[in-house]
Amino acid sequence: MATATPAVDQAAFFEWLCRMGDNCLILGHRVSEWCGHSPVLEEDIALANTALDLIGQTQLWLGLAGDVEGKGRSADALAYLRDAAQFRNALLVERPNGDFGNTLMRQFLFDAWHMEMLRALQGSTDARVAEIAAKAAKEVAYHLERSADLVIRLGDGTEESHARMQKALDTLWPYTGELFQSDAVDQAMVAAGIAPKLEDLKAAWDRSIAEVLAEATLSVPGTSFQHKGGKTGRHTEALGFILADMQFLQRAYPGGTW
Amino acid sequence: MYAQMVKAEGAKAREEMSPEERAFQDRIDRGEKIEPKEWMPEGYRKTLIRQIGQHAHSEIVGQLPEGNWITRAPTLERKAILLAKVQDEAGHGLYLYSAAESLGVSRDELLALLHNGKMKYSSIFNYPTLNWADIGTVGWLVDGAAIMNQVQLQKTSYGPYSRAMIRICKEESFHQRQGYDILLKMCLQGTPEQKEMAQDAMNRFWYPALMMFGPSDKDSVHSAQSMQWKIKINTNDELRQKFVDQTVPQAKYLGLTIPDENLKWNEEKGGYDFSEPNWDEFFDVINGNGPCNVERLEARVTAWEDGAWFRDGLMAHAEKQASRRAAARIAAE
Repeated sequence: MATATPAVDQAAFFEWLCRMGDNCLILGHRVSEWCGHSPVLEEDIALANTALDLIGQTQLWLGLAGDVEGKGRSADALAYLRDAAQFRNALLVERPNGDFGNTLMRQFLFDAWHMEMLRALQGSTDARVAEIAAKAAKEVAYHLERSADLVIRLGDGTEESHARMQKALDTLWPYTGELFQSDAVDQAMVAAGIAPKLEDLKAAWDRSIAEVLAEATLSVPGTSFQHKGGKTGRHTEALGFILADMQFLQRAYPGGTW
Repeated sequence: MYAQMVKAEGAKAREEMSPEERAFQDRIDRGEKIEPKEWMPEGYRKTLIRQIGQHAHSEIVGQLPEGNWITRAPTLERKAILLAKVQDEAGHGLYLYSAAESLGVSRDELLALLHNGKMKYSSIFNYPTLNWADIGTVGWLVDGAAIMNQVQLQKTSYGPYSRAMIRICKEESFHQRQGYDILLKMCLQGTPEQKEMAQDAMNRFWYPALMMFGPSDKDSVHSAQSMQWKIKINTNDELRQKFVDQTVPQAKYLGLTIPDENLKWNEEKGGYDFSEPNWDEFFDVINGNGPCNVERLEARVTAWEDGAWFRDGLMAHAEKQASRRAAARIAAE
């Protein structure tokens, strides 16, 4: 493994890695909630596969976060022993599953961002980041292909499927802006050449969203208001319940070997 | 064993068979595989549809008790392994429904029979998973019992079923090992509370696991014909005995007590003597009165009904695309 980039503030780097890892962890958790309950067997398989990829990516990002932090915290310690305010995921990924259309739309909006992000990260000055991004990008390319395809087919399906997909888009749209808003942590990553400027990903994201939504006969919502807070630890009420579920065993039986 | 109490007619004596049936039986006796488009007695086809269908249903209902712990798995690695396992179960369902389709019944038809209660799934999935050790125990005992049955089914006479079993067995033995590994951690390196969870899981799952092989041979009314047709290779009691003999030393290694006072080694038969499960409980569970029958079926029916708009949407899109392509073709001509 390459050594850490010396120029970067390690606290900011840790923070940024938690953002990457927590996005994967929380979305993976949400997707896994469908297991055994999806509309058709092929979807059960696809969802489990997506969740599995995301959990694998979580292990890589949070593992590196623990190394960078240098306090001996493992990926598991970060996943299972932080409370909601220490989580750094975007609000979008913690939004409840809703119906299957809402789950797919959330996946699509995130995948389209995730793909652009990972594409750019493969050129990171930090070899460890570039390596994780290269591995994850292969998986996410498939996630995006699948979620975009289903958004198109359901948007341009029946009247009901169209209405459900439009409603999902309208509901989730105000949670997408946060993905493109830089703060001091992101700026430190840009300065060190570790990560791209988030605002720069927006044009490509807009293009891929517009293309898919047009084919899906769905309209981009007119609302400009955007929620934010997830990446600095201000979450929606939903996250506390996710963690109550996820962390139950580690919290109830501290020191256990699993 | 994911197929219990599969109905079949009584076995026919050779002189009662028609010439076609006799030729068919000769092929079976020579160990030939029967393939989808070949002639087969109607009873053979029906029995296989029931057995493969029940097996497929068991795989998909079986996602539920394990899926119950995916969001609460105690480490990221355990979560990933459990996700992979439950994904495999769904994949097994897919192969098996496809094997059943080769006999002329669609997946949708089989699902309708599951949803209206006319077809069953294995009794074992009507038991709840109450603590994390249950996930280990389900892998170890439930998948262990399933493998015991499925290994012999690799030699079953119907080609597509046999080939599905060969693939499934490979994955199932991985599942069993991961289940045992969960218990190794909890029993050999865990805290007293974790060991208690493991023993509790053992106490609850031992007899339901023994029930997976179906009723005792003396009460198993449907076995004779299935064995003559080599749909089934070993009897319920033979498999149950093998399972107990294999499992007892594994339980000892974990330091777990099998909840059976009568369990003891019998030198003469070269196997363990053990208590029969409570067959009244078995029939209660089969007849819909197990601890989770209502929830399990309701979960499947809800998933199906709530997903109707999704499936309809995809169908509608496919039809639109087809007519667009047709229109474009006409325009081009």
